[in-house]
Amino acid sequence: MADRLTENDEPLLVAENLAKNYGRLVACRDISFSLYPGEVLAVVGESGSGKSTLLQLLSAQLVPSAGRVSYRMRDGVLRDLASLGEAERRFLFRTDWGFVHQDPAQGLRMAVSAGANVGERLMAVGWNHYGRIRQAAQNWLERVEIETSRIDDAPCTYSGGMRQRLQIARNLVTEPRLVFMDEPTGGLDVSVQARLLDLMRNLVSELGLAAVIVTHDLAVARLLSHRVMVMKGGQVIETGLTDQVLDDPREPYTQLLVSSILPP
Amino acid sequence: MSFAMTAMIDVNNAEKTFTMHLQGGVELPVVRGVSFHVDAGECVVLSGPSGAGKSSILKMIYGNYRCDAGHIGVRHRGVMVDLVTAEPRQVLGVRRSTIGYVSQFLRAVPRVPTIDVVAEPLIANGVAREDARERAGRLLRRLNIPERLWRLPPSTFSGGEQQRVNIAHGFISEYPILLLDEPTASLDAANRAVVVSLIEEKKRQGIAMVAIVHDDEIRREIADRIVDVTAFAAAA
Repeated sequence: MADRLTENDEPLLVAENLAKNYGRLVACRDISFSLYPGEVLAVVGESGSGKSTLLQLLSAQLVPSAGRVSYRMRDGVLRDLASLGEAERRFLFRTDWGFVHQDPAQGLRMAVSAGANVGERLMAVGWNHYGRIRQAAQNWLERVEIETSRIDDAPCTYSGGMRQRLQIARNLVTEPRLVFMDEPTGGLDVSVQARLLDLMRNLVSELGLAAVIVTHDLAVARLLSHRVMVMKGGQVIETGLTDQVLDDPREPYTQLLVSSILPP
Repeated sequence: MSFAMTAMIDVNNAEKTFTMHLQGGVELPVVRGVSFHVDAGECVVLSGPSGAGKSSILKMIYGNYRCDAGHIGVRHRGVMVDLVTAEPRQVLGVRRSTIGYVSQFLRAVPRVPTIDVVAEPLIANGVAREDARERAGRLLRRLNIPERLWRLPPSTFSGGEQQRVNIAHGFISEYPILLLDEPTASLDAANRAVVVSLIEEKKRQGIAMVAIVHDDEIRREIADRIVDVTAFAAAA
């Protein structure tokens, strides 16, 4: 895919020997990787493979049992997420990161207008001019292909595909550098999925976003990601360039995953 | 490891085996001891029967198939990079500005108009959208894709039309290295001649090319050297 990756910059997000246990149950273990600015990483694997737990660890929603996650703040310093103060965490959640949930109802306020859903993130970072906030919200609705005449309607009146596009607009309005996505196309019709994928692909490359996308759908990984990590039983069993892993899978489990796709 | 001084591509003892875990771990040796180099302005044609590993070698040079042993050097921004040991993001950098790949089949994103599919490699390298579209249009016209089709996604096109869109996509940029996997398959004589002239132009621009072609006549027209892939047969 077209992208703005450069080869010599520094990593944005670094995971080192990351692990999470729930009592004796191991959800994730020994996960290490670096994510660079503008890079899209897909985490694939079946339900229960630990990929959603990993996403929560990376996005500071869960505290790891071992290891650590570091993020390069806008001042250029790589900081351990566990050491951040409340103000810095808030900055990440409200501005520098986005989180797109599989279920838009988790990421949106369903009874509040679409415009307010987008504008809320701007107000949280200090925007206070109503006209400008509304204008920004309108621009973003256009970018995600939602009729601006629907700006005052609440997302509970939207279709599933529109809700998901609105959730993306809400996340991107603050120009984050990193977006986490949890099965962003799950639960949508195939035609709606294709439109959403096309939109996400363009936005990611235009904005030079880094992203971690958890998906069980290898077609989503192929279309959106530069790199893939395959998870099984809480561990990363294979990783590499997306087309390498999908066209030349090495591990038995990856071969099984790839061979289970229906031919196009 | 040392690479030849002037080579754009320098393959040294490259080796590839597939292990089919779903078939009880059967080992499928593909090639072994692959060694050849390609200079700037030269077109090297890989020859050998079906299944000899020609496409696999091309995919290894693109970093699409992983290599089990040996080295695959490509000159990227003046420096030799070994794709066998390169980091994924280095491989992406090589693909963005150094190696173009024309496969037999078009793999385009749904819904994207043909003109944008062709213009995309230029836009990715910083050419302005309108300029990129204009150059895409010139190439599509040369390859006899009627203008009324340019706004449509290529998924609806015939096999031959898709192949020509694919060729336009592969030939539009100024990559110093081009890999061509049967670029003329399923084309009629007139369009085959267009592809041959595009390859000639690339040679004059100093582009290094590796090609697979089954048509003897085309091979004679474009090949500066022929590398016989059966010499790298892995099945002992």
